Amino acid sequence: MTVRRVCVVKFVSTLSWTSCKSSRLIRRWLLIALTGLTLLGSASGATAADLLVIPITRGNDRATPIAVVPFRWQGAPLTDKIDEIVSFDLARSGQFVPLPKGDMLSLPTAANEIIFRDWKVQGMRYLVIGRLVEETPGRFAATYELYQVGESRRIATETLHARKDQMRDLAHVISDAIYEKITHIRGAFSTKIIYVLAQNFGTPKARFRLDVSDSDGARSRSLFQSKQPIMSPTWSPDARKVAYVTFESGRSVVVLQDIATGARETLANFHGINSGPSFAPDGRNIAMVLSRDGNPEIYMMDLGSRRLRQLTHSSEIDTEPSFMADGRNLVFTSNRGGKPQIYSLDVATGLPERISFDGVYNARPRALNDGRNIAYVHRAVANGPFHIAVLDMVTGRNRTISETSLDESPSVAPNGMMLIFATVERGRGILSVVSVDGRVKFRLPSSDGDVREPAWSPYLDVRSGLQ
Amino acid sequence: MNKRMSVQMLGLLFAGLIIAGCQTAAKKVEPTPTPTPPPAAESTPPPPPPEEHKAAVNGPVDDNGNPVGNTVYFEYDSAAISADGQKLVGYHAKYLSSNDGQKVLVEGNCDERGTREYNLALGERRSAAVKEALVAGGVKGGQLETTSWGEEKPVDPGHDESAWSKNRRAELTYRH
Repeated sequence: MTVRRVCVVKFVSTLSWTSCKSSRLIRRWLLIALTGLTLLGSASGATAADLLVIPITRGNDRATPIAVVPFRWQGAPLTDKIDEIVSFDLARSGQFVPLPKGDMLSLPTAANEIIFRDWKVQGMRYLVIGRLVEETPGRFAATYELYQVGESRRIATETLHARKDQMRDLAHVISDAIYEKITHIRGAFSTKIIYVLAQNFGTPKARFRLDVSDSDGARSRSLFQSKQPIMSPTWSPDARKVAYVTFESGRSVVVLQDIATGARETLANFHGINSGPSFAPDGRNIAMVLSRDGNPEIYMMDLGSRRLRQLTHSSEIDTEPSFMADGRNLVFTSNRGGKPQIYSLDVATGLPERISFDGVYNARPRALNDGRNIAYVHRAVANGPFHIAVLDMVTGRNRTISETSLDESPSVAPNGMMLIFATVERGRGILSVVSVDGRVKFRLPSSDGDVREPAWSPYLDVRSGLQ
Repeated sequence: MNKRMSVQMLGLLFAGLIIAGCQTAAKKVEPTPTPTPPPAAESTPPPPPPEEHKAAVNGPVDDNGNPVGNTVYFEYDSAAISADGQKLVGYHAKYLSSNDGQKVLVEGNCDERGTREYNLALGERRSAAVKEALVAGGVKGGQLETTSWGEEKPVDPGHDESAWSKNRRAELTYRH
């Protein structure tokens, strides 16, 4: 059985595809890409350098073969090529393995140009073709057609409009549509991530940035910068705001920031710790950790009245709240049993229940939208590595889905299919994306410093913003 | 609002011996929710002063009159102060209780292992443990302030035990 290896290196906003014959070649590519980005990064000044997305190539025999043929386009070359972005999106999901462009026997852009036999011979299950035209200056129309190769049948087609600066949005919307048509699961490619970038960390010259980028690392920009640490960024359910922790005053403070306007307001600035914000699904309440009465406890704040309600009462550390999808329960970390373990809590009654039992350190739970699974940081044995694991609360079964050793801050895509977390690679803080089944992995380093604490956005309505 | 804040680092301990490193924290970018002075960034204990200046020492000293360090170290995932730590805290308590105009900021820190929010809480525990020990040693609560940086301010950004052991700490910073 041959294992297909696909190597994707995203280089600033240009995507390049190649089949990699050996890991040595991958490493060389990586080096070239990293060097290039470093040079560009220093030249570009204030703009944030995009995260690179580099696959950890691993055979995935169960992934569905798909070919995304370059779209017909007769204008000047574009930086953002729809077919490349779509291919890369589908590859990132771990559920598809796109055919490299160089291996395509023909490049059809219309129905009458498709020779299904060729695609069948190459083992393709699906085929995507399309066309891009500039209808009026600066306004584009893209048509894609999705074919099921085995039945030689078109199963979806659509024409979408976008401005030139929306080309990546357009491509991600197409990826979402194709993904949903085939898998019957809503696509989450039109989403964003926020993360903390630390420069000169551990030195007096340390600088911290809260950045936002597309979920593929592209189009990053800075939301907030500080000489003091930034922690625990989290999205509001409508994705219009982020809450996070800053230390501008020398102690932790929870702030809320409007993404579009940049306006910030302080949510909690009490004596002691103010941290761990987590929005309730209704967006009207936010859970957080306050130690204003001497001990870290979980509170819920009504964002309208700013009234606080204390949810935990123990003499030990209670922290890292995360609402479950139903909004009635939350999960959190507590060392009330001697070691950090995960508990759930009924918000109405305040009754806690321990839910993690395997391992010596289980913390930072993040509830998946399915209301059943929880991603968290898991340490199985003393002095062992810290991994990301997923706990099924119904069966109690535990699955470890990461392999590095200082893994933390898991955050799950809104469709529950991919998970992003922070880890350390060769002494550097990077982000890592893994499909929830643990099969496909991508690393997202930054040339700018240590990246950490990623948070995946909720679904965004990118489609209706296209024009 | 744009306060210039001068933080005297460690120098006060050795007034007359070492020129204090005065650092001005110029705040530019962000609005400040509460204008509390930022803590000193430097934390490595200074070398003991030359013998001939010993008489001029003004700060916490050990039983032999030698200046002591300002950092209490901890075990992994623990806020318990070791016997050595208790001794060190005792010297500071002695000095502070006889100089009750003197204020100290106790900053708790952690190594990078474990989650960030948990470590923020653990760092607070460490600073609180030192505060309690100082109060038990006769220091007035009003002389003491605590804060936690969690794992966000390592002394050594390395990823091994040698770095981690330096980062699991509570630092005492004397302030005006």
